[in-house]
Amino acid sequence: MASNEEILTGLAEIVEEVAGIDTADVSTEKSFVDDLDIDSLSMVEIAVQAEDKFGVKIPDDQLAELKTVGDAVDYIAKNQ
Amino acid sequence: MVTGLGATTPLGGDVASTWEAMLAGKSGVRRIDDEAHEWVTRHDLPVKIGAPLAVEPTEVIPRVKARRLDRVEQVALVAAKEAWEHAGLGEPGEQVDPTRLAVVIGTGVGGVITLLDQDDLLETGGLRKVSPLTVPMLMPNGPAAWVGIEYGAQGAVHAPVSACASGAEALAWALRLLRANEVDVVIAGGAEACITGLTVAGFAQARTLSLRNDDPERASRPFDVDRDGFVLGEGSGIMILERAEFAAARGATVHGRIAGAGITADAYHITGPEPEGRGQSRAITAAIRMAGLDPSDVGHVNCHATSTVAGDVGETKAVRKALGDHPVLTAPKSQLGHMVGAAGAVESIITLLSIKEGIIPATLNLVKLDPGIELDVVAGEPRKMDLQAAVCDSFGFGGHNAAVAFTKV
Repeated sequence: MASNEEILTGLAEIVEEVAGIDTADVSTEKSFVDDLDIDSLSMVEIAVQAEDKFGVKIPDDQLAELKTVGDAVDYIAKNQ
Repeated sequence: MVTGLGATTPLGGDVASTWEAMLAGKSGVRRIDDEAHEWVTRHDLPVKIGAPLAVEPTEVIPRVKARRLDRVEQVALVAAKEAWEHAGLGEPGEQVDPTRLAVVIGTGVGGVITLLDQDDLLETGGLRKVSPLTVPMLMPNGPAAWVGIEYGAQGAVHAPVSACASGAEALAWALRLLRANEVDVVIAGGAEACITGLTVAGFAQARTLSLRNDDPERASRPFDVDRDGFVLGEGSGIMILERAEFAAARGATVHGRIAGAGITADAYHITGPEPEGRGQSRAITAAIRMAGLDPSDVGHVNCHATSTVAGDVGETKAVRKALGDHPVLTAPKSQLGHMVGAAGAVESIITLLSIKEGIIPATLNLVKLDPGIELDVVAGEPRKMDLQAAVCDSFGFGGHNAAVAFTKV
């Protein structure tokens, strides 16, 4: 089981890989769309990579609810 | 008016290096049975040569941007950037009203590398492994659309698809847009990146590719009696075309002029050209008529000449029919290989430079002229010639014929 901190670090690496955003900028309060400028296509890529990395399922209706990085960290922590 | 040129080819990562290599008589053809093209060995393909890019597009496009793009979209963006900067158009929207800016970039097959890779992922990993970017990466309008987004073109974005004539057809459609005064500036040309196992196998099965694996640099030999097929290349060529008044008003440097362009079709055979070159001849005639040129004005034809047995002789018949016996020919595919949908655009750049610089690159590997060819072909070394007008030919599977007439400025 990964800690919230480990999840954040892992998620930031994925976001950097997919969208080229510095891992330091990927913090819990940031909105994927409004702050990090990530589009819906990249969100799908990030979700698929997060599923593989953390062994979780992120269905589309859940993905739509993950507005901020913190939302994603919490969801993964609960469902891993 | 042509105010900007950009290219990435098997001979160089830009226009200057490509042109320099052409005048130096270099070949972009090499063995491709290497790690990057491991499928050559895995499938024991009969063709083990090709003309891959001299400079990988990922060396110039940032990683995150590149991963959203198929290779054909990458090469289009590389060439478009060079052309845009060459034209001195500044920031998007700075000198051209975005609604008066268009893009016409053709391709023969589009993002086939993505199509094959993603199909593999679907087969091996299922739905989840398929990229959400699959469709925008494989669609043949992708190169035009991405260039349009990059430079904010809101006038019109077109992607003519006519096999190996696509790049030249794009220039012809761009000219029409400008003549109709629909826009002031067009980013026009062609892009291709289709050196894959499937395309090489398909072309090989159609018996169109050279099998001269033991001597790659001698494989592409248009007009030579010992030619045995073309060599598949990849690349992109882009021109910035402007209405003359617009170019003059913004004080742009003009490098050449597309004075006319003709598009016709054979309606004859899906791969083979009509043997008498009637459709090709009509395309050349249409181009020079639009340009207001007399056949005697055209001193040079930059030929499509792919090095196939069937194609090269027919083209010279078309040239004779449309223009007479005087034009001096050359065949750039002897050096560049066949860049399919990019060929007509890159070769148009070569044609323009031949007029501007007064020198025609030589056809490489022309040792013994096919006895069916009765025209003067530049061979051995480049020929200095003062040219007032020249035509660039491009023909494609499907019976597509395009000819672009350039004049001196």
